[in-house]
Amino acid sequence: MRFIDEFRDGELASGLAAAIRRVVRRDREYRFMEFCGGHTHTISRYGLSDLLPHQVRMIHGPGCPVCVLPIGRIDMAIRLVRDAGVMLCSYGDPMRVPASGGLSLLKAKAGPGRASGSDIRMIYSAADALLVARQNPQRQVVLLAIGFETTTPPTALVIKQAQALGLGNFSVLCCHVLTPPAIASILDSPEVRQGGSVGIDGLVGPAHVSTIIGTQPYEFVAEQYRKPVVVAGFEPLDVMQAILMLIEQVNAGRALVENQFSRAVTREGNRKAQNLMAEVFELRRSFAWRGLGDLPFSALRIRREFAEFDAERRFAIRYEAVADHPACECGAILRGVKRPSQCRLFASVCTPENPVGSCMVSSEGACAAHYSFGRFADLERVS
Amino acid sequence: MSRTHKAYVRPLDLRQGRIDMTHGSGGRATAQLIEELFVRRLGNAYLGQGNDAAVLPMPPGRLVMSTDAHVVSPLFFPGGDIGCLAVHGTINDLAVVGATPLYLAASFVLEEGFPLSDLARIVESMAAAASAAGVPVVTGDTKVVEKGSGDGVYITTTGVGVVTEGDEWSGDRARPADRIIVSGSIGEHGMAIMAQRENLGFAAAIASDTAALHGLIAAMRASGAAIRVLRDPTRGGVATTLNEIACQSGVGMMLQESALPVRPEVAAACEFLGLDPLYVANEGKVVAIVAPEDAERLLAAMRAHPLGRQAAVIGSVHQDAHSFVQMTTAFGGRRIVDWLTGEQLPRIC
Amino acid sequence: MCLALPCRIVELRPDDRALVELDGVGKEISLALVDDAAVGDYVIVHVGYALSRLDPEEAAKTLALFAELGEAARQERDADPAGR
Repeated sequence: MRFIDEFRDGELASGLAAAIRRVVRRDREYRFMEFCGGHTHTISRYGLSDLLPHQVRMIHGPGCPVCVLPIGRIDMAIRLVRDAGVMLCSYGDPMRVPASGGLSLLKAKAGPGRASGSDIRMIYSAADALLVARQNPQRQVVLLAIGFETTTPPTALVIKQAQALGLGNFSVLCCHVLTPPAIASILDSPEVRQGGSVGIDGLVGPAHVSTIIGTQPYEFVAEQYRKPVVVAGFEPLDVMQAILMLIEQVNAGRALVENQFSRAVTREGNRKAQNLMAEVFELRRSFAWRGLGDLPFSALRIRREFAEFDAERRFAIRYEAVADHPACECGAILRGVKRPSQCRLFASVCTPENPVGSCMVSSEGACAAHYSFGRFADLERVS
Repeated sequence: MSRTHKAYVRPLDLRQGRIDMTHGSGGRATAQLIEELFVRRLGNAYLGQGNDAAVLPMPPGRLVMSTDAHVVSPLFFPGGDIGCLAVHGTINDLAVVGATPLYLAASFVLEEGFPLSDLARIVESMAAAASAAGVPVVTGDTKVVEKGSGDGVYITTTGVGVVTEGDEWSGDRARPADRIIVSGSIGEHGMAIMAQRENLGFAAAIASDTAALHGLIAAMRASGAAIRVLRDPTRGGVATTLNEIACQSGVGMMLQESALPVRPEVAAACEFLGLDPLYVANEGKVVAIVAPEDAERLLAAMRAHPLGRQAAVIGSVHQDAHSFVQMTTAFGGRRIVDWLTGEQLPRIC
Repeated sequence: MCLALPCRIVELRPDDRALVELDGVGKEISLALVDDAAVGDYVIVHVGYALSRLDPEEAAKTLALFAELGEAARQERDADPAGR
């Protein structure tokens, strides 16, 4: 696979690992947060921690749309199916997210009530949801739209297409969230601000989000918080180079936004996609993030001009907050304050088969990634 | 059964005809369906007896029995269909414990409205697979369920085989230092099925690997290598099969990612969907755990068989009280290869 | 998050659509979010949409840099085999 396999080369990796060992100072620790679940997955899947010196600690951030989706949002989707009788189209990822009453979209599909196999459909592309609506004119079809800025432009496009087609039976339950406000929230959290044991020395910025928004929106992190940011690709060599670039910045006392993923990302990003998002969506005053709480201006909703395609308006449903399990540490884990193994539910009550918290649901969640790929390390440490 | 034949007014309409409730009623329509569609294709002396059960000769050895229900959507896919899959699946379950498969029984649950032409195609495919494998379908049954209560056709096959006492393999016999061998490239059946699902819209030349493995397995036994465990990595893929063996045997395993045989199209399709080929189903592969000194001999025997050309040593067994299956990645790191969690769902993130 | 892959455009189709390919796997995607994509270009594809074009020259530069960094580290190690 061109432009993929080259970036997974084990030989180059050992060279990069040597380069990292060469610049690491022995007298300090480097704590970097990879904001994005894609990077978390890469680190776990390729066993990157084995190649990094012990002075470098990677902290898994909240950049996983499934992990930050609050219970109440999945509840809304299930209510739409059960009470309003809609046909719900969802990407595969949210299907297993636990909702209230022990439900999930998968369980709602299997369980009693109005929902049956045909009422909750798994789709691969936003365009598929539009197709489902056109093929089922007698049914109301709702797209459960999740994701960061990467997944938002396709949703904007299908809303515009639905309008152009005059489609009266299609709407979107918009749960799109924004990357920069989430980064700001982490840097503002008291534990991180105080520095000390949970300080963050730099950030690995998301790859595919940045193809859309560019690197400019991260400049506030360098300017206001004095933290370096390196936007990096999702292949393992990309992540290693980004870590090297961050270490060099830290050593030199610099705080800049650098772009490791220059093959697909520019400072400005994809203007066409940005304009499309601005045309269809506007900022929400506040949005509840699982684990991070209510964050101001951190998510999008559908503009009034497209109100008929907004499922929240069309079906007059409201978000109702649902408390997470009291012992669940997802919030602290998402902020990098705790590690998965420091949660007492981890691997006992909370497992990928029976996830309690959101970090265990998505394979990109910090807990699931650690459970599936890295938990032998805990046992070695103990034994 | 041929005595009732003359009572049929018209032959079955295999072009336009469909299954209806009378085909399951046990009356004349059922008899006609059995005779004209099933017996004519699957025909052999035992099935032709037309009794409620087949009476069969039994070679010496211990009796081995296995049953498997087959549901697959779509029913026809590149490389096969539910018919040959139902034959191969049960033969393989018998073969991996060391048995010589002898006979199959097949039970069909048909959905009202199912086209007779499709059913004929499926039964023909079963017949071809059974005849190629030399394992006849000696008895069977059909039932019809109302439209909407089934998915076209479900097939349950039960197989009987024999094994010489002491020659059977079991999942609890893997020992530290043993080698792990897989008979060929992985993940093909699962990806062939997924690529057919319309909403994923893939165009890929991926065919299911469905095949009867008893020939390959006989060649493996004939090599004289000390095989500890054999298993066919179907649902859940190679990763899940190895975890089962690791738990049963109370050992750990270390795989080498770079040694895993994966075809480029399968790897690419997995990338698209965010899936890992280690967890994708196979229907014509076998995983063998073998004593280290015999690994090369076994590998050579496997590669000499058409179904084992791409056989490869993919890892080894070691002592581990936690029974973890781990992998050294091609990148040089290490990770756990865990049990499959839930269903393999395509991811976008 | 955001699973996306670099794929090669093999055919342009009406309505801003295109056939892309990744190691023998073909898929129809939308080019509505990118301008001036041509056959032979690589695009980053997410949920059936091209998000941006991939610049092969930049990719080559990044790869060259990986090799260079590794080589520099290796030379230093060889020059100082005892390590520091």
